[in-house]
Amino acid sequence: MPTRTVRLNGKTVQADYESAGSDSSPSSEQLLYWLRNRQGQHGPRFGCGIAQCGACTVLLDGAATRSCVRQMHTVPDQADIRTLDGLTDGAEPHPLQRAFVSLQAAQCGFCVNGMVMGSLGWLESRIAAGNQAVPTEQEIKDFLSGAAPDNTRNYLCRCGTHTRIVAAIRTAAKEMLG
Amino acid sequence: MTTALTPSRRQFLTGAAAIAVAFSVGTGVAEADAGDGLVRIDDTAGEADQSWLVLTEDAITVYSGKVELGTGVQTSLTQIVVEELRLRVGDVRYVQGDTLLSVSQGGTTGSKSIQNGGVQLRQAAATAYGELRRRAAAALHVDADKLSAADGVFRAKGRTVSYAALLRTGSSVLPLDAAEPVLAPRDYKVVGTSQPRVDLPGKLDATFAFLHDIVPAGTLHGRVVRPPGRNSRNPVIGNLDRAQAVEGFVDVVQHDRFIGVVAATEWAAARAAAPDTGITVTWSDGPALIPQADLPTALRDPANHYATVVEIDDGVDPLFAQADTVLAAQYFTPFQMHATMGASTAVADVRSQPDPVTGIQATIWSGTQNVTALRGAIAGLLGLKPAAVRVIYEESSGCYGHDGVDDCAADAALLSQAVGAPVRVQWRRQDEHGWEPYGGAQAHDMKGVLGKHGITAWSHLIYAPTANSRPSAGNPGTLLAGALKGLLPDPLPASSVDTSGRNAPITYDIPQHVEARLIKSFETTGPASAAPVAPLTYRIPRTTALRSLGGFSNSFANESFFDELAHAGGHDPLRLRISSLPDPRAVKVCTALLQVWDHRPRGGDGVGAGVAFHQYEVVNAYVASYAEVHIDATTGKVQVDRVVVAHDCGLVINPDGLRNQIEGNVVQGISRTLKEEVQYTGDGITSLVWQSGTPGAFYDVIRFNEVPRIETILVDRPDQPPLGAGEPTIGTIGGAIANAVFAATGIRVRELPITPDKLLGGTS
Repeated sequence: MPTRTVRLNGKTVQADYESAGSDSSPSSEQLLYWLRNRQGQHGPRFGCGIAQCGACTVLLDGAATRSCVRQMHTVPDQADIRTLDGLTDGAEPHPLQRAFVSLQAAQCGFCVNGMVMGSLGWLESRIAAGNQAVPTEQEIKDFLSGAAPDNTRNYLCRCGTHTRIVAAIRTAAKEMLG
Repeated sequence: MTTALTPSRRQFLTGAAAIAVAFSVGTGVAEADAGDGLVRIDDTAGEADQSWLVLTEDAITVYSGKVELGTGVQTSLTQIVVEELRLRVGDVRYVQGDTLLSVSQGGTTGSKSIQNGGVQLRQAAATAYGELRRRAAAALHVDADKLSAADGVFRAKGRTVSYAALLRTGSSVLPLDAAEPVLAPRDYKVVGTSQPRVDLPGKLDATFAFLHDIVPAGTLHGRVVRPPGRNSRNPVIGNLDRAQAVEGFVDVVQHDRFIGVVAATEWAAARAAAPDTGITVTWSDGPALIPQADLPTALRDPANHYATVVEIDDGVDPLFAQADTVLAAQYFTPFQMHATMGASTAVADVRSQPDPVTGIQATIWSGTQNVTALRGAIAGLLGLKPAAVRVIYEESSGCYGHDGVDDCAADAALLSQAVGAPVRVQWRRQDEHGWEPYGGAQAHDMKGVLGKHGITAWSHLIYAPTANSRPSAGNPGTLLAGALKGLLPDPLPASSVDTSGRNAPITYDIPQHVEARLIKSFETTGPASAAPVAPLTYRIPRTTALRSLGGFSNSFANESFFDELAHAGGHDPLRLRISSLPDPRAVKVCTALLQVWDHRPRGGDGVGAGVAFHQYEVVNAYVASYAEVHIDATTGKVQVDRVVVAHDCGLVINPDGLRNQIEGNVVQGISRTLKEEVQYTGDGITSLVWQSGTPGAFYDVIRFNEVPRIETILVDRPDQPPLGAGEPTIGTIGGAIANAVFAATGIRVRELPITPDKLLGGTS
């Protein structure tokens, strides 16, 4: 069985992954299964398995990635992977985690992994590109709806906690940019 | 130290000493046995149906059948308990929904956790506090009424004694004492405050374990392979060798039409179950369902009815007969789904022999709303006695009623029994969308008469499938796996009252006739029979309880038709509601909207506002909602821009938690009003995914940039009992939006969802 070595939340980890198919059309275990079942990660969640809801989102080399469809053979060795499980820095929650709790921006909380990790990747890439503006409410809504210039993937919440989630991301963005 | 659990007894060992209070309905007899220094509670009722509040010096624990479904109810129930005990949130822990430890209070349904469970818990906490206070009075040699308590310490005349010290003085097992006084609302310190949810920090740092994270050692992974249609028959499995060649493959399990695959890993199970890489299954076609396009007509066809239920008859026939004009309209809402975020999952560990100590042979981890009913149903499915099955509730993603979780648990049980190892089943999104039990399509025939001052007669005839798919403790055939295995479900329910007929009656002071025709979900043994015939043959998709059951559809019809009558009579729709409502609390939530209503857009030009009111289940929470919309003239798309909800659910336990629930109802209500419809052709569901990039059916729900500004007006009534708030608001949203669309366009849309085609093709 082939092996993959990655940086997961800052630590080097290694594990086998299942694969099949031929060299010309390889297929392999999805990153989501690898993270949950081989690395004990609980942040990324199986919502749909078809990259339509966002519950499985992780950051792969800084980019928000739907891990439920990302096959392991396409994840490069030494890739940097960040999950919700590793977002707390020591005892200090990330501004996004703090804002979601302080604004009570969840009901069942199953989907929030996607909004937190997705917006984290989005905000960090905006900042890295030199954009220091706090995103507007409409920009955040469009980002989460997959209707933004830099994101076409929709994030779903079924409990209807949308307005709080948008407010939490904006609150956290202010802190991250402050 | 422990003794064997017999099937009819439950026990828990609580620690060195304790006060335990039994509550909720039931006939359980509690016994204290402190002979070994531990309190042992035996519940000797045949069906253990007590819940318990247990205080020890280490912990205060509620063993409750009410479960956290993602609505925050655990936090609110905790507030109620700590208030009476003069403690703080954080001092209480919960053991939820475990048939070995705590059962029942009924299921967690129908917005009743606070309304019923909370009131019971409050009295249980008061009972425990009374016992603590009696012990404190004895310890401090003072009259009980001289004592005050805070932070776990009693004080009197400058002396103190802690709860922990009092708990060490002995053990008491008490029945709930209805005479024990409870705090007056004016003395509340915790109830009525916006306590943060106890579960959210762990959900934001991934330390909270959802059901999906439960994987006992040695667990195998399962996938199910469903038929292409509801009535597909005669499966023949092919390409078994290909599945067997998948590394980690364990078995293919078949019981008639139930087919599942088990493997050592998720990926192996997925590959062995997929037609491209694993088994293929060929089926013969079964009869088609009633065509989706024909539903509005077919639901009204007597050939599809098995019963008629007259819910209310105020003798309106003469009023209609004497009227100069009778106004009438027909409404329709489609099948809709819960569409939980996490496709259903479950773990089952079915052994070949019962555990010699506990007698448990099958352990099931499930997100079920009712551990007791699921235990009975799965016991029957596996051929075990209910006492040999333990169902443990673990929190899943929000369910909004009875979704796929129970059926998934049954799948896991069958697969585990077949392979002799624990099996975790993960449904695919297509399994959830395609096979969860849906909220039923409903049709409505409305009639009304207008007098000089308002509406003088009202008739509502509903045509509705019943909610008939919850696990039945005595019949495994009501589970999906049971039906696929060839068992027959229970006969269809005999009544619509408070299920598909929920909120069919109005609470306006108008004579009314409310009648329901119950739809055959499947072929039955005769024209008026509710009993299924073998082989089970569906006429429509399987239906169940979706948030507020018939309340969403019935109130959409009622409140739209009320609006039609108000406009026909030249009345202001909100003021006509106010003048027609006899209950001051109902009037109050409507008048709370007057200010925003009187500043509404004037209507026309594609912009408009509407209102709707209902009292949930006719006797519970009061809700009035205002919606403002605009319609894109080119695309016909409706955008809701603003919603204001005025809400009275009696005593408010947690204002922010309540607002969160109301907001969720609004958002889900908009989604169901504007977007959601289960699609099918022949007998197969085609809306199997959330979105599609190519033409094809899908079940799209509201997106972030379609959600409006939402404002809530809470009418707090501290002296009134708390009423549930998980569902009341959603029923007002369809009517409020449809009425706003009418105000904006002059088009009365009587069929949900209000999609662009209905407005572009409509006439004013």
